[in-house]
Amino acid sequence: MRHDHLITAKQLSREDIEEVLDRAAEIDADPAAFGDRHADTVLGLCFYEPSTRTKMSFETAIKRLGGDSVDMGTVESSSVKKGESLADTARVVAGYADALVLRHPSEGAAKMVGDFVDVPLLNAGDGAGHHPTQTLLDLYTIRENAGLDDLTIGIMGDLKYGRTVHSLAHALTNFDARQHFVSPESLKLPRSVRYDLHESGANVREHTDLDDVLPELDVLYVTRIQRERFPDENEYHAIAGEYGIDLETLEDASDDLTVMHPLPRVDEIASEVDDTEYAAYFEQAHNGVPVRMALLDLMMEGQQ
Amino acid sequence: MSDHELRVSKIRNGTVIDHIRAGQALNVLAILGIDGTGGETVSVGINVPSDRMHHKDIVKVEGKELSQDEVDVLSLVAPEATINIIREYEVAEKQHLERPDRVVGVLSCPNHNCITNADEPVETKFEVLDDGVRCEYCETILRDSIAAHIAVE
Repeated sequence: MRHDHLITAKQLSREDIEEVLDRAAEIDADPAAFGDRHADTVLGLCFYEPSTRTKMSFETAIKRLGGDSVDMGTVESSSVKKGESLADTARVVAGYADALVLRHPSEGAAKMVGDFVDVPLLNAGDGAGHHPTQTLLDLYTIRENAGLDDLTIGIMGDLKYGRTVHSLAHALTNFDARQHFVSPESLKLPRSVRYDLHESGANVREHTDLDDVLPELDVLYVTRIQRERFPDENEYHAIAGEYGIDLETLEDASDDLTVMHPLPRVDEIASEVDDTEYAAYFEQAHNGVPVRMALLDLMMEGQQ
Repeated sequence: MSDHELRVSKIRNGTVIDHIRAGQALNVLAILGIDGTGGETVSVGINVPSDRMHHKDIVKVEGKELSQDEVDVLSLVAPEATINIIREYEVAEKQHLERPDRVVGVLSCPNHNCITNADEPVETKFEVLDDGVRCEYCETILRDSIAAHIAVE
């Protein structure tokens, strides 16, 4: 990895991605071999929004590399509450830590902080913008289950505000992937993402109905439609119901279909799907640890 | 020009921005941060008949020469404009408008959730595309209403 910071999946080349995924596979095969790689490394965690998987998997990753983490805590318990700017808080924490992980509700937050800190910065989600470390574990999961070339993937749900969707779509342009986006009209991909996909010559199609494309999919990536995006409760329930899946929905799917979800899910995937061969979403969440270990390992290596 | 038309007098030192697309003169003043409070003498012609453009706007500012940053942003809202720097009543310099690669600190981002709208110590930066501009922070693309997002102090 030649990057000082990981802000967006757009900055990742195919070589960058494969380097991380290959390292993650090595870690998966022999985690103990990496147990003291970064014994003196402290990872600073700045989460301005709630997180379970991302934060815990980063904490686990640095501990399994022999290092430790310091955590800003919740916004309510920190000096952010006193009105400190993000730029100031980040600079202070960068003085305590060897690398920073940032999640923030504003788009562009990580890009801005990257200009203020001189330790590696990993964007763990900026508003509706990007979530590149999630994308790397998504790609790892796809590679393990379906392969990354000659891939037909359906990405369904909240494509407008879903940062995992935006990052995944960008990253997949590095591979031979046909991307089908399935969403209600009101939650289609934002103009900025379409622009980039068009510029990169990506093979992209948009649908409002999953049935149009389900039988040809290798991977179906489902995302949560958030209640707060709809002013009307009934409209939310109608839409959310239409873009959820259960065993009946999957009757038309290929036997080899891999179903993924960045989690947390609410009603998008019925629990009856969990025990089928389709379900890869818990495996996907577990992959957060080896992939984030690989990423930290490579980024810290690049600093030496 | 006939005797019935109003003639705007020549300026001694300053800038004449001519051939502005009709209706854009007030936006040009906004880019230049001119609202009268600075004391400059300003003449504005709106919808002035023009042989070349049918109608055009024209702005004359006494005692002010434009910076390159100001010229760059002018090129986004008034690409056809010509700029003459006047010294002692003569045209001392002609500046041509070229679209810049990026504009810094002049436009505000239309995305309220962008970090540049969050009271952080950061200037806006926009990449200039063929048909609009794009925030380098949140990546929002602005096409039709660039002039409405000029950040006036």
